[in-house]
Amino acid sequence: MTEYNWPKRDASTVIGKELDRVDGLVKATGAAKYTYDINLKNQLYAVALGCPHGHCKIKSLDISAASSVPGVVHVHVFDHAQPDREIEWEGELLVVVAAESEGAAREGLSKVKLEVEKLDVFTSAEDLQAAEKAGRTSKGGGKVETVNEPGDDDDEEEFVEKEIERLLKESKYVVEGYYGIDAITHCCLEPHGSTVEWKDGTLEAHLSTQNVSGTDEQFARDLKVTADNVTVHCDYIGGGFGSKFAPDYWGIAAAQISRETGRPVKFMLSRDQELKIAGNRPSGYIKVRLGADEKGVVQVWDSVSWGSAGAQGGAVSHSVLPYVLVPKNYRRVATTIKCNTAPSRAWRAPNHPQACAMSQTALDDLAGKMGADSYDVFLANLVNATNEKADVYREQMQIAAKLMDWKAKWHAHGKGGARGSIVDGLGMALHTWGGGANESSCLLKVYPDGGVTSFCGTQDLGSGTRTVCSQVLAETFGLGINDVRVNIGSSRYPNSGASGGSTTIGAVCESHRRAAQDALVKIFDLAAAELKVAADTLEAVGGKIRDRNNPAKNLTWQKACSLLGLKPLETTASYVRGTPSPLSNSGVAGVQMAHVEVDRETGVIRMKKFVAVQDQGLVINPKTCKSQIYGAVIMGIAAALFEERITDPATGVFVNAELADYRLARLGDIGEIVVELYEPESERIRGVIGNGEPPAISPKAAISNAVANALGIRVPVIPLTPKRVLDALAKA
Amino acid sequence: MKAFEYAAPATEKEVLQLLSPEPSRTEILAGGTDLVGLLKKLVVTPDRVVNIMEVESLKSIQVLPGGGVSVGTAVTLDVIAEHSCLDVYPAVRQAIHGINSMQLQCQGTLGGELLQRPRCWYFRQGRGLLSTEVETGANRLHAILGNSGPAKFVSCSRIAPALMALGAEVRVIGPGPNDEKRLPLADLFQTPQNNEERENTLLPNQLVTHIILPPVAGRTCATYEVRHGEGPEFPLAAAAAALRMDHRGVVETARVVMGQVAPIPWLSSEAEQVLLGRVVDERVAEQAGEAAVSRATPLSENTYKVQLAKVAVKRAILLAAGLDCGDFRSHARQIEELV
Repeated sequence: MTEYNWPKRDASTVIGKELDRVDGLVKATGAAKYTYDINLKNQLYAVALGCPHGHCKIKSLDISAASSVPGVVHVHVFDHAQPDREIEWEGELLVVVAAESEGAAREGLSKVKLEVEKLDVFTSAEDLQAAEKAGRTSKGGGKVETVNEPGDDDDEEEFVEKEIERLLKESKYVVEGYYGIDAITHCCLEPHGSTVEWKDGTLEAHLSTQNVSGTDEQFARDLKVTADNVTVHCDYIGGGFGSKFAPDYWGIAAAQISRETGRPVKFMLSRDQELKIAGNRPSGYIKVRLGADEKGVVQVWDSVSWGSAGAQGGAVSHSVLPYVLVPKNYRRVATTIKCNTAPSRAWRAPNHPQACAMSQTALDDLAGKMGADSYDVFLANLVNATNEKADVYREQMQIAAKLMDWKAKWHAHGKGGARGSIVDGLGMALHTWGGGANESSCLLKVYPDGGVTSFCGTQDLGSGTRTVCSQVLAETFGLGINDVRVNIGSSRYPNSGASGGSTTIGAVCESHRRAAQDALVKIFDLAAAELKVAADTLEAVGGKIRDRNNPAKNLTWQKACSLLGLKPLETTASYVRGTPSPLSNSGVAGVQMAHVEVDRETGVIRMKKFVAVQDQGLVINPKTCKSQIYGAVIMGIAAALFEERITDPATGVFVNAELADYRLARLGDIGEIVVELYEPESERIRGVIGNGEPPAISPKAAISNAVANALGIRVPVIPLTPKRVLDALAKA
Repeated sequence: MKAFEYAAPATEKEVLQLLSPEPSRTEILAGGTDLVGLLKKLVVTPDRVVNIMEVESLKSIQVLPGGGVSVGTAVTLDVIAEHSCLDVYPAVRQAIHGINSMQLQCQGTLGGELLQRPRCWYFRQGRGLLSTEVETGANRLHAILGNSGPAKFVSCSRIAPALMALGAEVRVIGPGPNDEKRLPLADLFQTPQNNEERENTLLPNQLVTHIILPPVAGRTCATYEVRHGEGPEFPLAAAAAALRMDHRGVVETARVVMGQVAPIPWLSSEAEQVLLGRVVDERVAEQAGEAAVSRATPLSENTYKVQLAKVAVKRAILLAAGLDCGDFRSHARQIEELV
């Protein structure tokens, strides 16, 4: 039985090194083929008609004129687009036209005659009263915890009400606030879609997906074939963020059209469709009352929250409110609102960014009310940390504060003084996440000539999966990363879990390290016989298998592999999710700080500096790890300052569903970003933990808090647009 | 995109021959940064697209006898921004730099920038230039001035305010093969009153060939845009100011034009009146800003733009007068100087 482990820090030669991505060059030169780049011989181009209204009933749909447009080969009508069916969000695809060219397909689409009966539309998720009046609300759950418990004869609700009021009354400081964060879209640079082809009854699907190993079965189920008849390929993907786990009904339609026409079909969503239907994050709004003691430690929390996850209901879960720092007494009640917007999808740490922005802003307002340093108030409230990470947060806060030069820059809320109309401010927030390894299997081949190649049905979301797999294999065999070949991105390879929940790096490190260590045991046995030493004294270092006690006794890697005989050595190793392992772990913390400037005359906010301190156990590649955090912070800045899904209230139309109108952060908007990987030995020995999501959680709250510190008032709802800043200043 | 006939004439006369007198049958292609998107979205569906980038006479920049500069409408924005002939018109250069996109600057042309279609998202989604949905809809980026009629969109040209403030004229040819006229740039723009009208006064078979900037004649000028971020998105409000001041700094002539606030570039005589005969300082500039928006009639969601337009006017005037405008950039400059 192989004893799986990681080499110690000082013994590592590849792991923990800032290596360039193995696929960096092909990505930078355009040689890498994303799904959007896949074009097959004789393929048809498919485009789709989306529903033009937020809520309507289909009266009639006439495709005859579309079918007769020159070049149009096939017109596909979705089952949900039949007469009398109700459509509940704008953009829902109704008809697909496949043609010899994209132009012909679009012209065909323009000939589709659709008649609808418009129904009532509701999109104002922030307006709880209006939602109640429109009958759009449902109970979203809640929870109450109080230190004192009701007696046997007490009415529980009445007791809680009195207890909360008593605790608030006895609090030294009470904050009452309103906070919110609007829905945003995933905005994948590469839209959802696929290019598919049937060959001899089997489907080859090039799919932009974060779930290579899982989507073959999904295709098979909907196409009524067995999964062995489907192969999914995805070598590179241009963004998923939680929205690309399935072929989606448009992927199934592509396969159906391909089967019916006998031709390959390319069907990628248009940009506006990508924004409208292919993924969004639920909105969240909250009214909070909190009470704190003289040290600023929150003793009681009382909140009512609401929001919308779209037409199918749901909202931010109350279970993460207040976020991380939870007092012993709390009452939280949630309401969900059904809006005529597309259903939400998982977005980078589902629920956490909203919960952080909806609650750690209130904590910052407590600091404002106390006239205290926000740092000190967060520090004091670490006693309420529910994830047993208080000590880690404390150390991370110290590091972040030093990198930000917090103490020198700090001023009380609204007391910083202005230079003309410009004021500046500091804010912070902290977060938590799991990031445990997903299931993963790896088939490894070591050839008698020394070649090493692995096969794993995982995918690289852009975070460097190929690179870290290469590093793990290279480290294990004492080779360089260019001496090994990593194959991923095909469902023909051994199963590996979907890339969701920050589970990929743990998954692939588990499977690749295990397979490599299993292989190395066998190679050591052969080498030991050749060198006439005990196998357990051998090590693989610098391209050699050598005696640890007498390095002069060694074989080159190639020589050692030649002992395998004529056939390559094959090992397959699997990791079952949730199995305790020395190689991976779960549970991380993270602290972020923002320094902003605000122009009080225009309401425009500029990022000055952002500091992110993040733990993720053992870091395989600090370079790709930091890149992941940079990306998360930039995404967070975009959501904090720019991103808005703007809908027309009368029609439910998502009016800014184009990149020209849907504002994102640009390079000039992000200021200086400082990333610090928190990896003391106490964290390193825990093994690998995913960090794809955690650093995307705190930016919104940290930036909102910095703006509140600058202005001395809270701009309640994120994104903090000039309009909202000016509106808040006008009300103050 | 609907299939269309493509033509690439080599002379101005050929362009006129290829343009249809009927509205919407032909569209002019220059840099294409606007037109291609409209074609793809089927917002415009011409039978013929006439590419004017092969017409050499449209690509010239010339100093005119007696001063002033003539710039062909097919000259790309990056060339204009770098050309020494335009050194004395910093407001134009500032507007081009504000576009913040090398791609748009290198591909976009002067004529295309001036005559690009409105960014109104209702229009861009095929719901019409004069959609009645705007009035009670998502109108946060729409007009706060000149919006009493059916047109609620804003003129989105970045350069037009600067050119108008400087008194630019345009040379227009057509519809007849020998027809040619010069008119003030302001006369190129109109607020459409019905769906048959566009936001410019050109006939379908007319072409703007050149912009003529008069001699600077001792004037100073500046453009100031209030931008949400540092990307290529359109500003929330903008203004350009051109001032002539005597040796004491007293304003003798002034012209202030606002962008992104009305269906046309909005000339503010109110701001001009505040400035005439006074020495520019922050208070005077602020008063001019207030005067410029005194007749604003914001829609349901865009009251904040009144403040932004006011600030844009104030800061454009301060910059034109050679004073600090107090924004992020001037703050950053001050810090650099301290260091």
